[in-house]
Formats: sequence, C-alpha cells, structure tokens
Amino acid sequence: MISSPHGGRLINRVVKGSRREALAEEAKELIKVEVDAGKASDIYNIAVGTYSPLEGFLTRENLQNVLDDYRLINDIPWTIPVVLDVGRDEISNLKEGDDLAITYGNKIIALLRVEEIYGWDKREYARKMFKTEDANHPGVAKALKMKDFLIGGKIDLIEIPEQPFQKYALTPVETRILFREKGWRTIVAFQTRNVPHRGHEYVQKAALTFTDGLLIHPLVGWKKRGDYKDEVIVAAYEALIRNYYPKDSVVLSVLWMQMRYAGPREAIHHAIVRKNFGCTHFIVGRDHAGVGNYYSPYEAWEMFDQFPDLGITPLFIRESFYCRKCGGMVNAKICPHREEDRVRISGTKLREIIKNRVRPPEIMMRPEVVDVVLSYGNPFIE
Amino acid sequence: MEGRKDRKSTDAKYTTVSIPVTLYNRLKKIIEGTGFANVSQFVTYVLREVVVDYERVKEGEEVYSEEEREKIIDKLRRLGYL
Repeated sequence: MISSPHGGRLINRVVKGSRREALAEEAKELIKVEVDAGKASDIYNIAVGTYSPLEGFLTRENLQNVLDDYRLINDIPWTIPVVLDVGRDEISNLKEGDDLAITYGNKIIALLRVEEIYGWDKREYARKMFKTEDANHPGVAKALKMKDFLIGGKIDLIEIPEQPFQKYALTPVETRILFREKGWRTIVAFQTRNVPHRGHEYVQKAALTFTDGLLIHPLVGWKKRGDYKDEVIVAAYEALIRNYYPKDSVVLSVLWMQMRYAGPREAIHHAIVRKNFGCTHFIVGRDHAGVGNYYSPYEAWEMFDQFPDLGITPLFIRESFYCRKCGGMVNAKICPHREEDRVRISGTKLREIIKNRVRPPEIMMRPEVVDVVLSYGNPFIE
Repeated sequence: MEGRKDRKSTDAKYTTVSIPVTLYNRLKKIIEGTGFANVSQFVTYVLREVVVDYERVKEGEEVYSEEEREKIIDKLRRLGYL
C-alpha cells in the first residue's frame, strides 16, 4: 500500500479561485520580503505537501526541538529546520499576528501569517545541524551568511513559482495518483544529485527487483560548486532509462529542493519527503547527503535506527563494484573474489575522468550516459 | 519506568507512565547488551513503532476530489507518464 503522508495528512496550502484573487490583492498592501530560489522552493514544497506535516516555517520551539531531538514538538520525526531568515530592516514595521507578502523574482508568490519573530544563534544552529562550525562546510557557510531573525508561521501559496524542468516536476498528489493508476503498491525512491554510473544502476535495479516501481528523483536546485549541473543529471537519466530500464516500472521526476549537505539528518529528511510522494521504500546511499569527511560513510544508515516511526522502509544496499571474475556488478556480500578482480566505481574518480574529457570505461558508466555528459562543454557547476 | 521532568512542568519533555513492575523487569532483561540505555528508551522506541501504524491513513482516504483526480490523470497522460 502506498505510504500515508507523514503526520497522517497531505498538506495543501495552495490557494485557488476567488480566495486566491482576494489574497493576491491583499498582498499588494503588505510588507514584502524577497526570497531566493532555495527559499522559494521551500515555500512551494510546504504548499504542495512535500514537507507534510509542515504548514509553514518553523517557530522557535519547533526549531529547537528539531535541532535537539530530531522531531517536531508533536513528536513527529523531522530533522531539517525549514526556516525563513529576514534582516532587521526588512521587518522593522512587522509584528506577530501580521501578514507578510513573500516575493520571488519581485513577484508575490505567498502570504506568511506571522506567528513568531525571533533571533537565533547561527553557530549553535550550524553545530547541531551539520555537526561542525567549520565554514568550509557548504551548509555551514550558507547558514552563517543567513540574516539575523527568523519568522515562523503558516504560509499560503498564491502563485506557483517558476521552477526548472516543468515536465518532470510532479507534486506528491500527482505521484500518488500516478502510482495508483499504475497499480503499484510498493515503490522505492532513489534520491540523487549525480549522473548515474553502473553502481547507481545496480542498487536501483536490486531494489526494483523486490518492489513494483522505482521513482528516480534527482534534486534540482542549489548545489555546491563541482556538483553536476541539473540539466546534465536529467539528460543522463533520460538516456539510461531509455536504453536500460523497463519503461513500465520506472518514473523519472525531479524534486525542486536545495541540498543542505547535512549528512545523516538530511538522509532522514530525504526519506520523509519521498514518503509524502507515496513511496514505501527509500534507498539510503553510502555517505548519503554528505560532503568532505564531515560524516562517516555509514552514519546515515545508523541514524535510521532512531526512527521506528518513520513510516517508510530504508534500504541499505552495500557499495557495489564491477567484478571481472563474476562478470558484472556485485557487492561484497555476494562476490567471493579478490580485491584485484574488483573495479571500484567512485563518483569522485569519475568526475575527475570526465573533467579531463576522457570517456570512462563501460564497466563504470554506460556509453549512452557518457555521450550525454560529454556533450556538455562543462557539465559541472562553476 | 524512569521519568525525567524539566524544571517547569509546562516545558516538560518527559512524563511518567506506569507499567507493571514484572513487565519492567522483563524489559530490563531484554535490553541488556543492546544500544538502549534504559527501559524508558526502549519503551519509547517500541511505542513509536506501534503508534505510526495507528496513524496510517486508510487506503482511498486522499485529499483530492474526483474532478482533481481526473485533471491530474489527463496531465500525467499528456506528459507521457501514463
């Protein structure tokens, strides 16, 4: 059976019809705060239910609970603080109980019912969220640049912000209906921010062997320098699916959501979000959502032990490699051969090969995928 | 069962629930050598495991109307998903 939404109810805060028109009119007179693409994607994700049970930005008590206990104050698992930061100058005439208009690209997209305005300790936030205050960590660097106040409260989305890859942008309601129409009862989700190599293909197909369907769900949105560009990831998956996947068992859709690089915390978040899309299983990668050496490779796997009430089943599939003796992709549990027979596929190594405009061997990456990646002058974010 | 209360009762993060001493003793034995530091941690874990099943939405209890469903199916067909 398709997963229940997290917290039991799929949130819908998209305002439509005459109420939308009235709110849009009302918003013109309100204090306005401009947000960047990352925050706009958060607002969109709250409104369409991707972040269920959140109905808005976190209040102070919820933020503290999420940082300290990995849960909202109603005990529901939630690991990533979804907060709206503002500067003092932006809110000098704003008080709790007011409404605030949120603009993106100077266009009003949402109203925020201001429940609480509060100061915050960015260093404490960084330490608890990322387990480091090191400004070399991309998440920490971003957090330290955030503004000095946070606003908590529910949002109403009145204008759906423009987002990349419209064709592939499905909402949780849409994927739930899609899975039902396809007759899928078990769906495994694969989160990614990389172009697919043979290791990715192996874990996806291993998981699909035991489920009705596979949702390949790359993140599009802010990522750090050196990561693959979104358009390269999407085009590479199109090529892989076209050539190597059974069409009736796979759905490719994108998720407009910023990476936080919060490692284990973010792995739980990625699972919760996919539960809201109706998925029943979630593949947790090695060093999932990690960066540098801030988290140990299997820390995310261990963190799932703390959440018996997550409502989505994590799948921990061991690191795979190509074994010359086995003649295919395998993992240490099923391959008896020596290290010398094994070809390890590392994302970092592949990025280096591609940077030098060299074709990776077929045992690492499918030729059709390589063609796509090398067709881009620079496939990486600068 | 061990309970801990914060200074102000309104801010309490923990409360006390009574269970039979005999059950407590059995649980204490079960958690020996596991990652659970005390019976409270174990009971919390087990209850959370159970509670999520009670909160599960019944199949078919979705938030969209039949009209919305049809519109979405049309969209999914147009996009080639169906």
